[in-house]
Amino acid sequence: MTFPRWRDLLPLAVAAVLAAPLAAAGGPPAAPAKAPGPPPEVPGAGQDIQAEPPPFTEGIFPCTQCHEKAGDPSPRQLAFHDEIQGGFHHGAPDRWCLECHDNGKRDYLHLINGKLVPFTRSYELCGQCHGDKYRDWKVGVHGKRTGMWNGKKTYYLCVNCHNPHNPRYKALEPEPPPIPPQEQGR
Amino acid sequence: MGILEFLKGAAGQVVTGGKAYKAWMALLVAMIVVGLVGYSRQWNQGLLATNMRDQVTWAFYIGNFTFLVGVAAAAVLLVVPAYVYHWKPIKEVVVLGELLAISALTMCLTFILVDMGRPDRLTHIMPGPGNPNWPQSMLSWDALVLNLYLVLNLVVVVHILYRAYRGQEYAKWFVVPLVLFSIPAAVGIHTVTAFLYAGMAARPYWNAGILAPKFIASAFCSGPAVMIILFQILRKTTAIEIKDEAIWKVAELMAYAMFFNLFLLGAEIFKEYYSRTEHLLYTQYLWQGIGNHRALVPFAWFSLICSLVAFLIFVVRKTRMNWVTLNIGCVLIFSGVYIEKGMGLVIPGMTPDTLGEIYEYRPSAVEWMVAIGVFGLGALVFTTLVNVAVPIMMGTLRAKGAPVVPPGTEAAH
Amino acid sequence: MTDRNRLPVVQDPSGCAGPEGGASRRDFLRTAAAGAVIAAVSGCKPDAVVEELQRRHLTELSKERLQEMLGKLEKKWSAQYGKKVTVGARPPIPGVDFAYGLDLSRCIGCRRCVYACVKENNQSRKNPQIQWIRVLQMDKEHGVSLQHATPYYDPEKVPEPGHFYMPVQCQQCRHPPCTKVCPVKATWKDPDGIVVIDYDWCIGCRCCTAACPYGARKFNWAEPNLPAAEMNPVTDYLGNRPRPMGVVEKCTFCLQRSRDGRYPACVEICPVGARKFGNLLDPESEIRQVMDRKRVFVFKEELATEPQFYYFYAT
Repeated sequence: MTFPRWRDLLPLAVAAVLAAPLAAAGGPPAAPAKAPGPPPEVPGAGQDIQAEPPPFTEGIFPCTQCHEKAGDPSPRQLAFHDEIQGGFHHGAPDRWCLECHDNGKRDYLHLINGKLVPFTRSYELCGQCHGDKYRDWKVGVHGKRTGMWNGKKTYYLCVNCHNPHNPRYKALEPEPPPIPPQEQGR
Repeated sequence: MGILEFLKGAAGQVVTGGKAYKAWMALLVAMIVVGLVGYSRQWNQGLLATNMRDQVTWAFYIGNFTFLVGVAAAAVLLVVPAYVYHWKPIKEVVVLGELLAISALTMCLTFILVDMGRPDRLTHIMPGPGNPNWPQSMLSWDALVLNLYLVLNLVVVVHILYRAYRGQEYAKWFVVPLVLFSIPAAVGIHTVTAFLYAGMAARPYWNAGILAPKFIASAFCSGPAVMIILFQILRKTTAIEIKDEAIWKVAELMAYAMFFNLFLLGAEIFKEYYSRTEHLLYTQYLWQGIGNHRALVPFAWFSLICSLVAFLIFVVRKTRMNWVTLNIGCVLIFSGVYIEKGMGLVIPGMTPDTLGEIYEYRPSAVEWMVAIGVFGLGALVFTTLVNVAVPIMMGTLRAKGAPVVPPGTEAAH
Repeated sequence: MTDRNRLPVVQDPSGCAGPEGGASRRDFLRTAAAGAVIAAVSGCKPDAVVEELQRRHLTELSKERLQEMLGKLEKKWSAQYGKKVTVGARPPIPGVDFAYGLDLSRCIGCRRCVYACVKENNQSRKNPQIQWIRVLQMDKEHGVSLQHATPYYDPEKVPEPGHFYMPVQCQQCRHPPCTKVCPVKATWKDPDGIVVIDYDWCIGCRCCTAACPYGARKFNWAEPNLPAAEMNPVTDYLGNRPRPMGVVEKCTFCLQRSRDGRYPACVEICPVGARKFGNLLDPESEIRQVMDRKRVFVFKEELATEPQFYYFYAT
């Protein structure tokens, strides 16, 4: 494995910059940049790609504010996070929170084999089941990118468009239809 | 040079005439005024004052233009028997046919001008100050051949009349080749106009090999109808001698053209309805309508009935040589082809549009006004030219001191 | 009595006698003739007439003349719209051939692309309302069929069940029917694939609009209505600069952005990532990845226009 280049740490740096105020607000400064585990891999590394930050809910992250150690792993009705559980449509009832969220280290997600994954690389988690989407997303065929087509661009994480707890894309209100030709000029 | 004298004499001819003539001229001037009022509205508001939109981007103006190119080309129908077959009774009327061509071309060019979004940029199409798209653009070709044909007709007519005005014979070595050249030129102008449409793959209704032959056929059966009526008017109002045989010969040639036109129509209808591809939609819109959209259907059938009845009149010798039925037939075929070339060609070509949308176009008030003005202008040009040409041909309008040659003799041709 | 053998003599305005003088006389006569036509037809604003007279086809203009012209336009529009307007003349980037991908399995018909394009490209908002992108709603029963398509859908929410959506804009064809028919060469295909229009050369005959199989070309039927507050001041001469009345316009792949390396506005705004854009000549580009991994098709392929706009279904 090659030594991580400074560019590869860019998404983490971005996330760190954004997570820092949250960390400063309260709780231990669990900046993901200091997390253990293999260095983050940026799809399409070599181009100037930066990621949109994961859409953390205000006041929730870092999770270790409340979850300092592992809890009861059995699937059950929760008192807190009930709005998420109430609207959970992602493989229920065969799946619940700890399928993705790591019990011991709540500031991370985990893969099937137990490997920890930071929120900034949640796509690795999604890619386990949604492999074809993941492969497409890595080269820009799936998902959204903004910026420079031949240079620095920002790509959107899965979770920037798909709510991980209720991923189905919501219908939008359309913009107005065009004025029909007989109405033009009135 | 005597030009001033000629102009004075010509002006004198134009303003003299009986009550009917004066009323006619007043009507034409009124039409032109209506046209100017309409155009000024369009100039200020933009082409939004018309009912053309992106979905139907060519309509009344271009439909009229297309029909009138046919009329201009049809003048040659008189030339063919006169000069190719040396048929004397027609020779004297060739000049009149060319005057019709000149008037029709004036209307054509005016219709183009009023249809353009930026008529102030007209020079862009001219070689020199502009950048015409040779040889790809059919519109560049059309601009060239229409102007060439206009110049050709003007040169021939001015020469013949000027010589006659001075009591001289026209120069055969000069005129005959030009007149013979005007045969392919006439076919050329209408073919180029047909190619303008036929070359567009985006419009399957137009993108057919049959379009160019159909244009020629419909031109040759409608344009001369004007001539036939005009000749009868001139025979009554002036001393000009036009033999019955000349008129009947033109009518006979029209009959052949009508047959061909109807045959081609039949071939088109067969192809569309039998193979029933998505392209049928355009033909269907014209003859049956699509859903609630049936605006053109009555016009399509009316036009067909006119053309069929006219064909029957012209093909039966008895009715062709009867003045009443002949004139009815002329009006019928003119109306039939006018509708066919205008509404029946341009609008269905664009309805439904390239993305399947149906916008039912009807000309707006401004478009009617401008079209009336252009037709008034064309009729005025034609009336003026004929009013100068006929006295010259008759020998009553002559340069001072020029020998007056009685009409009907060889030297007068 | 006038001597008919004496022709009027045109004075050489430069006063020179050499070949330069001859050329200027030709120019003078040419300009005078053109001026007569223009003055007769336009009959107003002398400085506009002078500007039109001096105008030659874009490809004939010298660099200095072009810069001068752009400078004049910047001044005019900055004053008109009350903000600092820049007018570039971005050349195509060498080694670039643009292509566009549109994922029909993703488009939900929200029309955000339509309005992002309108804002970015300074289109007329009303009378006429010009939109370079048209989103067609089709139904799943008939598939891609224009007979059963409509751009006027207006439900509460999209996508509507049983329907899918197909946006259409200029396909930047490799064999464009529009450039073929233009009588004045006001529109042509640039080396980077974009079909451009010189709005100051177009005569508004709308032959291109008739010839376009995709309904991509839109005409300014009246003076465009572009509110100053909404005007995008970063413009390009062949791209999104404000257009005059009576000329044709269309999608230019946002060349004022794409020739600076940026994604077009429609690509960036699409909330579902249905739009892909890039350089066909770069094997790593998104569009090449699309072509490699998915199956692309083009609209109205039987017309052999060979668009550089590809539709595909990612799923």
